[in-house]
Amino acid sequence: MESKVQSPKSNVGVTRHPSPVARYLTIYGALWKNSVTREMSFKGNFILWIVVELLWFAMQLCFIGVLYLHTNSIGTWTQWQVVLLVGASSFIQQTYQAFFLVNCTNLSELVRTGKMDFLLMLPINTRFLVSLRQVDLGAFVNAAFAVAIMVFAAGKLHLHPTAVQFFGFLALCGVGILVHYSLMFMLAAISFWTVRAQGIVWGYYNLFNIARLPDDAFRGVFKVVFTFVLPVLLVSNVPTRVLADKLQSPVLWLLLLGMAVVCALVSEWFWRLSVRRYTSAST
Amino acid sequence: MKKYYHVIGIGIQNNLTYRVNYLTRTLFSFIPLFAMLSLWRTIYAGQGGVISGYTLAQMISYYLLVAVVDVLTAVNEDDWQIAADIREGNISQFLLKPMDYVWFRLSLFVSGRIAFMAVALVPLAIFIACFGRYFVLPVSGTAFMTFCISLVLTALLQFFISYAMAMLAFWVLEVSTFIFILFAFEYIASGHMFPLDVLPPTLKHALFFTPFPYQLYFPVGIYMGKITGSDLWHGMLVQAGWVLVAYMFARFMWQRGVRHYGAFGG
Repeated sequence: MESKVQSPKSNVGVTRHPSPVARYLTIYGALWKNSVTREMSFKGNFILWIVVELLWFAMQLCFIGVLYLHTNSIGTWTQWQVVLLVGASSFIQQTYQAFFLVNCTNLSELVRTGKMDFLLMLPINTRFLVSLRQVDLGAFVNAAFAVAIMVFAAGKLHLHPTAVQFFGFLALCGVGILVHYSLMFMLAAISFWTVRAQGIVWGYYNLFNIARLPDDAFRGVFKVVFTFVLPVLLVSNVPTRVLADKLQSPVLWLLLLGMAVVCALVSEWFWRLSVRRYTSAST
Repeated sequence: MKKYYHVIGIGIQNNLTYRVNYLTRTLFSFIPLFAMLSLWRTIYAGQGGVISGYTLAQMISYYLLVAVVDVLTAVNEDDWQIAADIREGNISQFLLKPMDYVWFRLSLFVSGRIAFMAVALVPLAIFIACFGRYFVLPVSGTAFMTFCISLVLTALLQFFISYAMAMLAFWVLEVSTFIFILFAFEYIASGHMFPLDVLPPTLKHALFFTPFPYQLYFPVGIYMGKITGSDLWHGMLVQAGWVLVAYMFARFMWQRGVRHYGAFGG
């Protein structure tokens, strides 16, 4: 954490005309530092939020435990495979939350109060700034707990992932985070049209709930919608299938990759369309 | 009494301005509900028959009824608003006015439920109609009557517990974490995630010593005929008892809070 704050700073000292990448890293470093300071000024609250998230994570695991009191499998998914899935989904969600969630939910507030004015005037990419302004440090702690649960479940399943599986899993988790981000940012951008978009953004929380359920449980229209329109059913199921040897063909991960690219492009297009509609609140 | 009717009236009007918000919230909540039903359908397809005394139709009805009871009795944003009232000093006026803050909030809670019902009823009815062939009717007329009475008690219990929680705002700046922690327990122990009957019997039995099952599971259980005979009447008394305890606790918290309260600025 500390090194991430420091390293871009030292870069600045060395290069007098920083490349765009270095420049953005510097800015991001400053944003991190800002977030750390902010979080540390409410330490008690910081810890309580971690407790809240852990409690909800524990509830999900209890739910799986109770379900498997009454059945041996959900579709093709065994108990510890589902635990692995819940862990992976929590890891993806928490990492997403660490970088993006607060920023997505704050967008409608920026539009409503007219604070977007200042962000639009700054000589950097507005989407970069809007998306990454705050870092939620507590979410990293929760992501670590999710990893611990996954390691435990992998042990129960006697999994020995190859390097390809392991790095494939990590890469696909990254792709999953990109999907969550693209979709939620798109929903948040609706606030340029109607100010009451915050409800819609929180509605996305319901989609996190689906992401952690085994894909075998779904059929018909529901499966099609949440695979090809809002591909949340792919987000954590596909990486987990890679890790748990449940992938028969490369179709699924290619699909996730393809859908992520589509979501990212649509999201960027919609963002540009939305910003054009922005009329400052103060005038 | 009349002044509180007035509050309800104004509350409904205020709440109806958020109708689009309510509607999106209702529609979004169908997604995890539908997912849950699909999950159970898959489990029953693999397992067949009856799970903990529930057929597939009963299991699906359980979740649909939970959705209905939720619309009718769940505390929506009342706890946040109460906490905000305390934090921002809006309660000062109630220390002077001939109006009791707890009844004022209860009136607003009722109006919020009425407004929510008005918006959510149609989409919810359509959703249930889609599962029409699974939806079971109340086991008997008596069951339905007691279900309705129990619903009122459930709503009161939900409200007084939330009210007492919101009173924490007298002492701490940020109450949302506490509310979410309680909510997590309520979510699993009140039967929101699954009917409590699927738990191991000892665990289920232990839960009935807490108020949680009376916040949701109890009325649904009555409707579905899971709670009958002497259990029913005994349960109703216990539920009423919890309402009374929650009310007294809410009052107690308010009194302690007001003693601690310092209004600045005015």
